Amino acid sequence: MKYYLLNPKAAAYLVALILLLLLPQFVSGYHITQVQIGLAMGILALGLNLLLRYTGVLSFGHGAYFASGAYAVGLLNMYFPEHFSFELSILAALVVSVIVSAIFGFVCVRHTKVFFSILTLALSMLLFAILEKAYHFTGGSDGIRIPMPTFFGHEFEMRKYPFLIGPYYYIVVGVFSAAVLTMLAIVNSPFGKALQATRDNEVRAEMIGIRVKRHRWYAFVISGGFAGLGAAVWSFSAGHITPEISMWVFSGEIVYMVLLGGFMIYEGPIVGAILFTYLNLYAKATTEYWMLIMGATLVTLVMVLPGGITGGISSLYTLLKPKKS
Amino acid sequence: MGLIYTLNGLYFAAFLFLTSLGLNIILGVMGILNLAHGSLYAVGGFVAAFLIGLMAGGPIALTIPAAFLAAIAIAAAVGFVLETTLLKHMYSRALEYQLLITFGILMFVEDAIKLVFGGESIYASAPMDGMGAMNIMGHTYPKYYLFVMLMALLAGACIWWLMAKTRLGIMLRAIEMDRDMAHAMGIPMRKLSIFAFALGAGLAGLAGAMVVPTTPAVLGMGMDPLIMAFIVVVVGGLGSLKGALLGSVIVGLTRSFTIAYYAEMEMPLLFLIAVTILVARPQGLFGQS
Repeated sequence: MKYYLLNPKAAAYLVALILLLLLPQFVSGYHITQVQIGLAMGILALGLNLLLRYTGVLSFGHGAYFASGAYAVGLLNMYFPEHFSFELSILAALVVSVIVSAIFGFVCVRHTKVFFSILTLALSMLLFAILEKAYHFTGGSDGIRIPMPTFFGHEFEMRKYPFLIGPYYYIVVGVFSAAVLTMLAIVNSPFGKALQATRDNEVRAEMIGIRVKRHRWYAFVISGGFAGLGAAVWSFSAGHITPEISMWVFSGEIVYMVLLGGFMIYEGPIVGAILFTYLNLYAKATTEYWMLIMGATLVTLVMVLPGGITGGISSLYTLLKPKKS
Repeated sequence: MGLIYTLNGLYFAAFLFLTSLGLNIILGVMGILNLAHGSLYAVGGFVAAFLIGLMAGGPIALTIPAAFLAAIAIAAAVGFVLETTLLKHMYSRALEYQLLITFGILMFVEDAIKLVFGGESIYASAPMDGMGAMNIMGHTYPKYYLFVMLMALLAGACIWWLMAKTRLGIMLRAIEMDRDMAHAMGIPMRKLSIFAFALGAGLAGLAGAMVVPTTPAVLGMGMDPLIMAFIVVVVGGLGSLKGALLGSVIVGLTRSFTIAYYAEMEMPLLFLIAVTILVARPQGLFGQS
């Protein structure tokens, strides 16, 4: 325990957690809802990065697993309103997104590189088409409204907005922290190292006894589960879900988030998700040409800052460090 | 009615063929999956619709070639600018950057269109109305649809001739087969990459131009064709003209018949076909593995 407290990373995490918990004291409710969405997207982005950074495959259809989670919550509310609680929603989202990503992943992991990306994209569009066309079951393009949940039998006697910026914010911070630590444990476990071995050299990994496709599949399923968890948390903040989250454009935005934050650093995707939420909001609020801003930012990012924000800061740090000593 | 559905299917296939051909050439020669391909299609559509509106009242024999050629030229020019400024830095970069830069270009171009042409839809049905309809076995069928099919076949034949018979085409195919070897043999990679991208963009522009007489040019009009073209490339196989043709026909007919008999199944069925083929035959029906 002492060792962990001395670890600068653990200390930084603790400071970050305290700052997150104290945030409602300093900023308005408006920012709390945005940070909340950013944190939910952060869970999703961490999930994607398990595939991109640690497994070396780019999913361009992660919206599908996000949509699976969100629709699990939505359908639970639609068909079993009496059982609609936060804990059951999370469970349903995890189960459904894991099942969907296990099926889709089973097909995808046989490929790598651009074929993997096309296949994940095609499968996410398959889900999109189903969600949109099966309107008797899913509400079609109208989507599903998500009301406030109960929390372990406790009903919050408040209106939706105070609930979101009050108790729900702390719940999100809690789920988010658990997700960050779980993913950290996964990438540092022997399993995580095996994944990186399959990424670096598939043939060599196979030779030393790692079952490459099996490992890639496990990573895919875990990644899908994180997407589902993020979606469940997000769906309550958003209050309304539509099939659009399974469309490839949203999947592209997830990759955008991860690259904006920087995918070579573990915490990068989280930074990216929060920044992306704000960038998106800012662009949409300032001008009707928000896509121009988002597109230009993305192009600039790819051209001059391929390591993302955290990558840029980290290389700036290494650049300045020798001068100090 | 079966005949009409078949014709409608082939008419869908004509657009898909042109769009996917461009996508296929870019993917084959440059190794980049161009997510902005639908935006180039939209550029062609808006340019053509604008010109048709400008030349309203003129003879369609003049309007159509002018609008189509201008659409090809401007889409190709946009492609040229994009390749020489941005994409040329991407060949040696990782897949995620290649995909994201075209994703960024997509957003950028989409709003640039809005900036240039305004956010309004542009109606340009003059060529279709001007051509009138003909009688096919008791059904009235617009002549313009047949014209589109003819144009697509013609364009396909030109591309086949270019790829199979000319020195340029042989060099392009050499790059597709083995980039490093082609480079080592002294093939001018830069020039050919620019050419391939402009050619692909021009084909997308032509497809967009051909669609505006039937449906107005609207923002985001390139999204559906892009996804459809993906399916065609997946079904037909990478770098294969035959595959693009057959893939377009399969997708076009599937689309037309499902819309006629069970419209809800249209998109799910198409994606199901694409996924099944990707699983069973990752290189596509006619692709080289």
